[in-house]
Amino acid sequence: MMNSLKRIYLGIIIVILYAPILVLITFSFNESKTTSWQGFSFKWYIQLAQNPSIQSALRYTLIVAFVSSIIATIIGVMAAVMINNLRGIKRQFIMALTYIPLLSPDIVIGISLMMLFSTINVPFGLTTLILSHVTFSTPYVILSIMPRLMLLNPNTYEAALDLGATPLYAFRKVILPEILPGVISGAFIAFTMSIDDFVVSFFNTASGVNTLSIQIYSMARRGVSPEINAISTLIFLTIVIILTIVNIKASRKMKLEGVQK
Amino acid sequence: MKKCSILLLGVMFSLAGCSGEANNNVVKVYNWGDYIDESTNRMFEEETGIKVIYEVFPTNEEMYAKVSNGNATYDVLIPSDYMIEKMINEELLTKIDMTKIQNYQEIDDDFKNLPYDINNEYSVPYTWGTMGIVYNTSMIDEEIDEWADMWNPKYENQIFMYDSERDAIMVALKKLGYSMNTKDPSQLEQAKQELIAQKPLVLAYVGDEGKGKMENGEAAMMLAWAGDAELMIGNNPDLKYVIPKEGTNYFVDAMVIPKNSENYDNALKYIDFMCRPDIAALNMEYIGYSTPSSAARELLPDEMKNSEVAYPDLDLINKEMFTDPSSMLETYSRIWTEVKAASK
Amino acid sequence: MNRKYLITPYALWSFIFVIVPLFLLVIYSFVKTVDGQVIFSLESYTKFFDPLYIDVLLRSLRLAFITTIICFIMAYPLAMILNSREFSNKTMILILIILPMWMNSLMRTYAWMILLENKGVINNILNFFGLPTKQFLYSEGSIIFGMIYNFFPFMILPIYTSLTKIDNHLIEASYDLGANKILTFRKIIFPLSFPGVITGVIMVFMPSLTTFMITRLLGGGQVILIGNMIEEQFTRTNNWGFGSALSMILMGIILVSIMFFSKNETLAKGGSLI
Repeated sequence: MMNSLKRIYLGIIIVILYAPILVLITFSFNESKTTSWQGFSFKWYIQLAQNPSIQSALRYTLIVAFVSSIIATIIGVMAAVMINNLRGIKRQFIMALTYIPLLSPDIVIGISLMMLFSTINVPFGLTTLILSHVTFSTPYVILSIMPRLMLLNPNTYEAALDLGATPLYAFRKVILPEILPGVISGAFIAFTMSIDDFVVSFFNTASGVNTLSIQIYSMARRGVSPEINAISTLIFLTIVIILTIVNIKASRKMKLEGVQK
Repeated sequence: MKKCSILLLGVMFSLAGCSGEANNNVVKVYNWGDYIDESTNRMFEEETGIKVIYEVFPTNEEMYAKVSNGNATYDVLIPSDYMIEKMINEELLTKIDMTKIQNYQEIDDDFKNLPYDINNEYSVPYTWGTMGIVYNTSMIDEEIDEWADMWNPKYENQIFMYDSERDAIMVALKKLGYSMNTKDPSQLEQAKQELIAQKPLVLAYVGDEGKGKMENGEAAMMLAWAGDAELMIGNNPDLKYVIPKEGTNYFVDAMVIPKNSENYDNALKYIDFMCRPDIAALNMEYIGYSTPSSAARELLPDEMKNSEVAYPDLDLINKEMFTDPSSMLETYSRIWTEVKAASK
Repeated sequence: MNRKYLITPYALWSFIFVIVPLFLLVIYSFVKTVDGQVIFSLESYTKFFDPLYIDVLLRSLRLAFITTIICFIMAYPLAMILNSREFSNKTMILILIILPMWMNSLMRTYAWMILLENKGVINNILNFFGLPTKQFLYSEGSIIFGMIYNFFPFMILPIYTSLTKIDNHLIEASYDLGANKILTFRKIIFPLSFPGVITGVIMVFMPSLTTFMITRLLGGGQVILIGNMIEEQFTRTNNWGFGSALSMILMGIILVSIMFFSKNETLAKGGSLI
């Protein structure tokens, strides 16, 4: 009894979570532009291939996500390693600095950066987008690396130095392999946050540089073209496929390791 | 891992490359949403080799906020009359060299020397129109012909208002019989009270998304521009457009070049191209608004060319044009916030 | 590692893109321009103390509270269910819950608009069964629904993580000592999961309080929240001073509520769950 209640509850939540996604995917195959079903068609996927504004939005979204997550990861790794060595007030200061963007509402990050860029006369566009995305995603990278670093035995690094390794070499051979899972998940979080961001981008772009989120927002207010449904479906499926592959690989690896042990 | 990152970098640079090459010969256009047949942009690109970077705004005010802060660079803007007046006053626009706009001669004299740009130095008209009420005859039996009908309790939760402070206040002022450019505090106060009184009847304050909803029968009545109405009626013949007898806003949207434009010559070519009758006709057919060029109107399909929605007899309408609102912005914003914050 | 300079890029970056912008926010909120002269002024703040704006703020707080509480009430049992033994493939279900977040949030919110309209999918189904059309959209209710939908995963994940970290021996010990299920929950499970609850509450409350996109898409302009007011100062009214003052007040409220909800320690623990 109790058990089936639990399952029903879980089921309802899953249905609510997926209802809008189902609707979007369904309407991406709708023959008509309106929200009433007029028959199955691939029309919007074909038109997608010819729509320059959606394509350019996709391109900017990916450029910003790649560049900002790579910069955020590099800065974040360097910072995390150093923060781990800091003690006392300095450490608290840097950590507080890290929490500010995390605990500030998106809208405040967005407008304060916008005021910064206008004050120092940086023209809005790709550059401002990348700078602002790095700003809000670096803390996530740091926080996903820190727990790994705390588990690290500091003596191994010292030992490597004593044995004549250069600091960079020692970092690559001793520290990096240990924190790598944290680095990868940090980079992944930065990447997805950048792709999904709307609010910060909304205030920090202009001059024809649009990301998909901004494109969708301006369209949602005048009827979203089903081409956007189509591209959202494609992005969503890509991520589902990537996640499935990663998971299958991970579980295989786990099994293999289990056998070896 | 290394391979992975090299691959990533490769993808990144190729992506960056695609966008980088485009930056040389472009024209950046900032226009209203749903306000162009985008194929005309492609035709312009093919004819001139200039790439069009196209972006849209939802209201004059949002366009102004973005452009006036100086760090957004566009080459062609298409604001409305009063906004052009304001931007000329604030020296945000640059003069257009009319000798380079050969098709300027195609624009009818009715749309030249208008008060917002009395000497035709800064703007080239793109469209014009009126604002009125679109209503669904399958949901409303009676004849709608005045703004007061939008206050009829019979239509509770069946009315879409436009989510734009200036247009909403215009409706209330006109209903009261005042000028829509009034600066008289007591008249504006009355207009505010009207809008608050109307709120319980309003289903939603919509932007352009209201058009599709209206076609689907989501609401019975909507505040709309004639051009949008023209298209909506095309999609749903039950809809009807009226210009209320109390009078309404008559507007002209025109192409202008902002002072910080980086591609002045391309902007001129773009403006000239958009004035060409065949191109203007393509655009008007797509967006449903009215062209200021008789030559372009001649090229439209008959039902559009003779449409009373798009081309009403201007002499018969009690019409007024918006003027520079700069000194009133705080007041308008305050009124609108009070309306929005009022409980339904 | 004594190469302290490695931290310089980050420190510099944070200074330029975090500290300076916040500093600008403070400055803009305290000045006004008179005849081209910038002078100190409290006008933006005094403007705020007006029943109209206070009302908007109170409404935003109320909606954010309701959203957070409903999210909590929905998420806690779900986290318990996930953590219970009968589900063998927990990771699978967890992935199922997180997965929708990879569909653009604006798109998902927009999809609810299609579902909930008067002529929308759900009402069509209702009509099909002979039920009358119900108006879901354009109200506070639809905004709350949209916020719950968007921010629910932020509540479930930290709670679930903190539940999995509880040592099962503690729970068994409690039963051994004669405590019943309810007492064990009250005295052992809930207190130990509390850091997760705090993180969840903060992560739902904050975006709910500040959203402007959900109000726009699902509220039909009938309701305005503090997020919309801030957005409007920057995108329409062009009143940066008032917008900055509103943001400062918002930041203040968030800071106070975070301090109220948690001490530094639980926050640090919760933060690492992200």
